[in-house]
Amino acid sequence: MHQYFTRFGSLERYEKGGVEVINDDPRNYVFSNIFEVASKARPYEKVAVGKNLEYVIEAIRAEGTSEWRAPGHDEFALVMDGEVEIRLLKLDNPSVVPPGTHGSVALKGAPAGRKMGVVRARRGHMTLLPVGAAYQFHGNRPGVVLLQTIAGKDTTERWADICQK
Amino acid sequence: MTTSTLPEIGSVEPNQHGYRSFSLGKFAFARDEYFAYIQWPKGHHLMPVDAFLRALQRDIAWGFFYGIVNFDGVIGTLNHYGTVDLFAGRYNAHYRKAGLDYVENFKTPLIQRVFEAMLDDWTNATFDPFASPEETGTAFGPKNGNNKEAITRHRVTAKRMVGAPGDEPLRTDDNGFPVNRGFGDVPQDAPDLKPEPGFEDEVVAFNLFAYLSRSDVTWNPSVVSVCKNSLYCPTTEEYILPIIHGNDRVEWFVQLSDEIHWEVEDRETGAARARVTMKPGDVAAMPADIRHRGFAPKRSMLLVWENASPEIPALIAQGKLPTNPVQF
Repeated sequence: MHQYFTRFGSLERYEKGGVEVINDDPRNYVFSNIFEVASKARPYEKVAVGKNLEYVIEAIRAEGTSEWRAPGHDEFALVMDGEVEIRLLKLDNPSVVPPGTHGSVALKGAPAGRKMGVVRARRGHMTLLPVGAAYQFHGNRPGVVLLQTIAGKDTTERWADICQK
Repeated sequence: MTTSTLPEIGSVEPNQHGYRSFSLGKFAFARDEYFAYIQWPKGHHLMPVDAFLRALQRDIAWGFFYGIVNFDGVIGTLNHYGTVDLFAGRYNAHYRKAGLDYVENFKTPLIQRVFEAMLDDWTNATFDPFASPEETGTAFGPKNGNNKEAITRHRVTAKRMVGAPGDEPLRTDDNGFPVNRGFGDVPQDAPDLKPEPGFEDEVVAFNLFAYLSRSDVTWNPSVVSVCKNSLYCPTTEEYILPIIHGNDRVEWFVQLSDEIHWEVEDRETGAARARVTMKPGDVAAMPADIRHRGFAPKRSMLLVWENASPEIPALIAQGKLPTNPVQF
C-alpha cells in the first residue's frame, strides 16, 4: 500500500504559497502565514491573521508564561506547533469581565477562583477556553496557537506587515 | 417567480437505462449511462454524471450552502435562505450575452425534495459521491442498486465544540471512522487533560488533526467549534472540489496540512482573477465577489472559517459592506 507523508508547518520549518494575480489585487486575499507571523511576534502578542467583521483568528506565539486572561465568550485555542500548557481557573468574580466584552481581557496577576484543571496540548489539539473562566498559557519552548475569538482591545492588526502586497 | 406548488418528483417509469427523469418548475433532468441532461426553456446542457452527482450531493448536504453552488460553468443554485434559485447560464457571461440564461426560484423544501430523490435514484451501489475518486467505484453504467447509506451521512454541526459534553462525538475505529489512507502518519494522541474534581465536564480538548484524519468524506466543511456566529468548518480535501463556490460573504481558509491550489474567478461572469496556492500555515480570504474551485494533489486538511451572520449577504449586496475583509 502506498505510504503518504502528511506535511504540517512549524516555526522552524514552513514554506509559504501565495497569490498569483491574473486580474486582481493580491491584497484582496489578505494572504499571510501563521508560522511566519508567530516567528516575528512577541510572546503572547495576539496578531490577527483573519478578520470577518467583528470576528478574528489570532496567531499567538506561545513562549514562556502568559498573563491570565478572561474571555467574554467561549474561545478556542488550536495548537499549531509545539506543546502548550493551558491552565484554567473558575473566576470567583466573573464581573472582572465587563458585560459585552469582545475577545478577552487581561487580568492583573493570578485572579481569585477555583482551579479547574490543566490541559497539555500539542500540535492539532483544540481546547475550549470557556466563558466564566480565566486561562493562562505556558510553553517551555516556542509554540504557536491559533485562537478563534472576537477582536478585543488587545488584538493587534498589522495587515500591511504580514500580508502579501 | 417563486414556485411553491408541490412538483412532480419524477417519472414513475424508468428510462431504458433504468433511471427516472425529474422535473422542477420548467427545468427537466434525465440521465443515461454517462451523462446528466438538464433542460430549461431557453436551452439545454449536459454534465458527466459523476461530476453532477458529486455536486448534487454537496448542495443537498450543505442545505444549499452560503451563496452560489455552481455545478459547473452553467448550472447551479443560489441560496436565499428560505428559497433557492436554480439557474442555467446566470453566472456565465456568454450565456447572459446570448440571452440563454434562465433562473427559477423555489421554496427550499421543494428543491431539496426533488434533488434528494434525484440523488437517490441516480446514485448506484458502486458510487459514493462524497468519496475521493480513488476511494469509490464507478457512477456510470445502467441502473445498479442504490447507496442510501453514503448519500444520507450525518452532517457534523457542533453546537459548542466537538467532544464537549452532549455535543458531536469524536471519531474512532469503533464508531466507524478509521484513519484515512492519506493520513496514516498523523499522530492520534489525545491532549493530556487533568481536570480538578467537579470540573471534568468543563475542561475539554480534543485532537482536531486526528479527528480530521478520520474523515470519510472529501470537500465537506463541518462545524467543529462555535464562537457566536464564527464557525470553524474544517474539511479534508482530495482531488477537485466538485462545485465552484460563489461567495455571498467573505470566507477564510487556513491550510492545516499539505497543499491546495485555488482557481479564483469573478463571481458574476466567471472571468479569471487569481490563482492562490496554499501551504501549511497559510491563511487567505476569499472575497465576497468571487467564486473558487480547489485542487488538492494529496488528501489535506483545510480549515474553512465562516461568519454565519444572516445579515451579511444583504449588506454586501446593498454595498453596505465591502467585498473584501480588510483594507490596508
